[in-house]
Amino acid sequence: MSRMGYDGIVVCVPVTVPYSRYSLRSAHWFCGRALADLIAGAGVAKADVDGFCISSFTLAPDSAVGLTQHLGVSPRWLDHIPMGGASGAVALRRAARAVQCGDADIVACIAGDTNHVDSFRNTIASFSQFANDAVYPYGSGGPNASFAFLTDHYMREFGAAREDFGKLCVAQRDNALSTPHAMMKRPLSLDDYLNARPIADPLRLFDCVMPCAGAEAFLVMSDDRAKSLGLPHATILSTIERHNAYPEDPIQIRAGWAMDVDGFYDHAGVGPQDIDFVQAYDDYPVICFMQIEDLGFCPKGEAASFVREHDLTTAGDFPFNTSGGQLSVGQAGAAGGSLGLVESIRQLTDQCLGKAVDGAHVGLASCFGMINYDRGLCTSAAILGRSTR
Amino acid sequence: MAEGGLLSLLMGGITGGGIRVVDLTMTLQPDVPTIVMPPEFGQSWPFRMEEISKYDHRGPFCYWNNLSCGEHTGTHFDAPIHWVSGKDLPENATDTIPVEKFLAHACVIDCSAQAEADADFLLTQDMIEAWEAEHGQILARSWLLMRTDWSLKRDGVAYMNMDQEGAHTPGPHEDLIPWLIEERDVIGFGCEAVGTDAGQAGHFNVPYPCHYHMHGNNRFGLPALTNLDALPPQGAVLITPPLKIRQGSGSPARVLALVEGEAED
Amino acid sequence: MTTPLPPPRKKDPVARTRAPTQPPGNRSREAQGLTAIAAVGRFALQCCADCGQVQYPPRQICGQCLGDDLPWRDMDPSGTLLAETKLHHANDLFFRDRVPWRLGVVGMDAGPSVVAHLAEDCRQGDRVNLSLNLDRSGHAVMNARPETPGPDQEDDMQLRELSMDPKGRRVLIVNGKTALGLALARSFKAAGAREIFVGQAEPWKAAPAFEAIKSLDGVTTFPLDVTDTDSVGELASVLSGKVEILVNNSYHLRPGGAVDRMDMNVSREEMDIHYFGLLRLAGTFGAAMRGRGADGAHGACAWVNVLSAYAQVNNPAFGTYSASQAAARSLAQCLRAEMAPGGIRVVNAYVGPLDDEWHQMVPPPKLGPDTVAARVIRALQQGHEDLAIGAVAEEIAERLAENPKEIEREIKL
Repeated sequence: MSRMGYDGIVVCVPVTVPYSRYSLRSAHWFCGRALADLIAGAGVAKADVDGFCISSFTLAPDSAVGLTQHLGVSPRWLDHIPMGGASGAVALRRAARAVQCGDADIVACIAGDTNHVDSFRNTIASFSQFANDAVYPYGSGGPNASFAFLTDHYMREFGAAREDFGKLCVAQRDNALSTPHAMMKRPLSLDDYLNARPIADPLRLFDCVMPCAGAEAFLVMSDDRAKSLGLPHATILSTIERHNAYPEDPIQIRAGWAMDVDGFYDHAGVGPQDIDFVQAYDDYPVICFMQIEDLGFCPKGEAASFVREHDLTTAGDFPFNTSGGQLSVGQAGAAGGSLGLVESIRQLTDQCLGKAVDGAHVGLASCFGMINYDRGLCTSAAILGRSTR
Repeated sequence: MAEGGLLSLLMGGITGGGIRVVDLTMTLQPDVPTIVMPPEFGQSWPFRMEEISKYDHRGPFCYWNNLSCGEHTGTHFDAPIHWVSGKDLPENATDTIPVEKFLAHACVIDCSAQAEADADFLLTQDMIEAWEAEHGQILARSWLLMRTDWSLKRDGVAYMNMDQEGAHTPGPHEDLIPWLIEERDVIGFGCEAVGTDAGQAGHFNVPYPCHYHMHGNNRFGLPALTNLDALPPQGAVLITPPLKIRQGSGSPARVLALVEGEAED
Repeated sequence: MTTPLPPPRKKDPVARTRAPTQPPGNRSREAQGLTAIAAVGRFALQCCADCGQVQYPPRQICGQCLGDDLPWRDMDPSGTLLAETKLHHANDLFFRDRVPWRLGVVGMDAGPSVVAHLAEDCRQGDRVNLSLNLDRSGHAVMNARPETPGPDQEDDMQLRELSMDPKGRRVLIVNGKTALGLALARSFKAAGAREIFVGQAEPWKAAPAFEAIKSLDGVTTFPLDVTDTDSVGELASVLSGKVEILVNNSYHLRPGGAVDRMDMNVSREEMDIHYFGLLRLAGTFGAAMRGRGADGAHGACAWVNVLSAYAQVNNPAFGTYSASQAAARSLAQCLRAEMAPGGIRVVNAYVGPLDDEWHQMVPPPKLGPDTVAARVIRALQQGHEDLAIGAVAEEIAERLAENPKEIEREIKL
């Protein structure tokens, strides 16, 4: 049975609740402000939004359920996606199917998190059973330690150098300088990157995202509805998701996208060469390299030479994380997984906050998350297109 | 008390001078050594104190202790029922001994020089007779107390003085005790070492003859005394009641001596 | 190459003593299966009884065939180091106090990939051996060491957090009057203890073992009678801030049970020496030791109780003795929980019949004191917490695990 397409379903109203390093506000506040900006941006009433897809690490003890009563909404379709950084594209594909079959008309996909001084530590101190049992007792380094392993292994296995990762980080910082709400405001040189404070060898300070508070959100509706509301919108060409891919790999060198990449492009009717920009999930540079490989831009292990040969800035020949990515904008918890999608919508509807990719027609947003034990289990991705109607 | 009567004279002497009260008792504390039995036999408990409270959360108003020890701990009274030879005698336990027997005259013989020279020194009849030539005959119903200055040995190892043959502490010769009973009618034998018998008395022909004969003749023992050097050879009156324990074989006692006259230096 | 341990230094009286902290101790129920395995020095993982898949991290359903019969099996600990890192920043106080901290990912020959603490002399690509050890939270952690150990490996600071190595530490042996006390003193000396304190009760009763102890180098003797609260308190007031390993080898064995030898005196002595003695030691030495659990590289680390294997199942031939040992064992478990926040581990060594005069009527096999002492040292060096020393004790442990009713019926002497 072949998969249905997404004809007639669109994404619109890209919303970012500005980031702050720490906030006394709750995740409910960030999600609520995102909803307020969504309905204001769409020109609809709160009650017109009849579906919600929520992702958050700090909403606990509430889930999406508690949020309905807190925000005073009565949706007929509700989902809570616990997939961390992979939640964005997963929320998109859930919401698209709900609208497509008529279970909801307008779905708000909201990812938001607060950041108190102990939020990050509390989140990683009890992240998953396997992490509690077999990772956190080892140094309590959090994701930094887990990705240090992956980076260390990747570098030795494929010969990547810190300079290669550095080039990517420097390019993203360049892209971030025009993003108003980016947490990192200063230019980054390769020297800065190479000589920064060590965090967990081989990772140094600029390999790591800054956890912060904020929210990213968008709406999913029919293209008829978007037009009747006069909303600029982007089309959905293809989506994928995959969990716990390649469990037989002793250590992670690839993730779920590689299992479904062929069908991903077939379904969209485009190839990697047609992609005008890539918003990849960038909690650490090594995962960006894996996405470049697993999403078909180069063979496995060759992302380092790919990066050396391309210009990843917004004006370059391989625009990559055009708002600066999490590495420069910040990681607002689960919102990090929607940052790329929201930036993709902006680029494809000419609503950029910063620099625009010249002639962007087709964009790819890729999501990743949930180091349950020793590897990121959840992957998802979406190819979006500029609407021609 | 009747004015000018015996008791009023006694109290007058005690409070006003003329009668000294001498304490012949060692302080009861955990490091008081206990008599050692062969390990396969029952052992006598050492003296132990556990605080109940000391003006604290366990009891803000008071200080007090719980105690435990064997009947024969520290300065103590041996009753006839303590030994097999006295087990069937009448009025032989601490609760049945007639209480007037707890006040008695004491004769003190100084063997300190001999004990210093020989830890196994044994007091003999000859020595007693020589002492009597100087100080007068032992009165009937007196304690015979053997001063050795052994109580000055504060260190438990020196006080017990044990080696692979047992303890080496001074005491009465096995032939002395029957003579003291038959010829002098003593009420009991007292000394400074941990027991009334010499340390090596287990190896004598009649093992532990002081216990055997004294208790077998319904008389008493008073070991682990102190301050015998403060007593005159004759004339002191000892007050030695044990605790009134049901069928008690003995108990720690507060042994006091009443001595007429001023202290000698 | 392991950096050699710097020698212990005198305590700086003006510097604050580092307070003990513990690594994260949150574990699922199935992960605590590893804790039991590490406590006795085994290396075992769950192995699906249906399909043979080795499982890690521990779980309740086989990750291959969904079977739910996952017994723990002893396993080949070898693997290859796939990745390594040195952590410079940690979120938890224990590790914050100890960064940089080395970690690795080991691809086991048996299948799973394991995140492990990494010994100093391991490099990515090396062949390594894993071991399961109890960390300061009392839970099992994986550790990777090179296949061929380098010199001074026991000096590795991370490994020292997992062990209770006597090297450079000061030890108190409570009972110096037995052959075991002498064997322990000699063994601790040979294991590199920097000072050995030995107690003796009832000094007027000579013991040949104690005479031999007095003549050993680096040994200081003290009066110590565990039946005397004052005696224990006095020694603690002098030594409790200096004892890094306390060995409670109190021992008072007499034959007899309840019905045919009802002897309150003997039973009281057994309880006073085994149970109340431990209570007195715990109440006077415990707090100071616990406060020094993180005091530098040679801080307080262990409390050893030498207990009878009959603490676990009563031997009626030594019935009241067994009961007093059972009381001591329960209190030792209490002590274990109370000392844990300081990172001090309570090691309970269960011995079968010793080869001494009180076991004259017991047929062999009987334990020599050197065997017991050597096993205690090894447990301290390798971080074991529950020991069965000798064939009899091992058999008792096995039979208890298999069928406690069987051994209750059959035990006799």
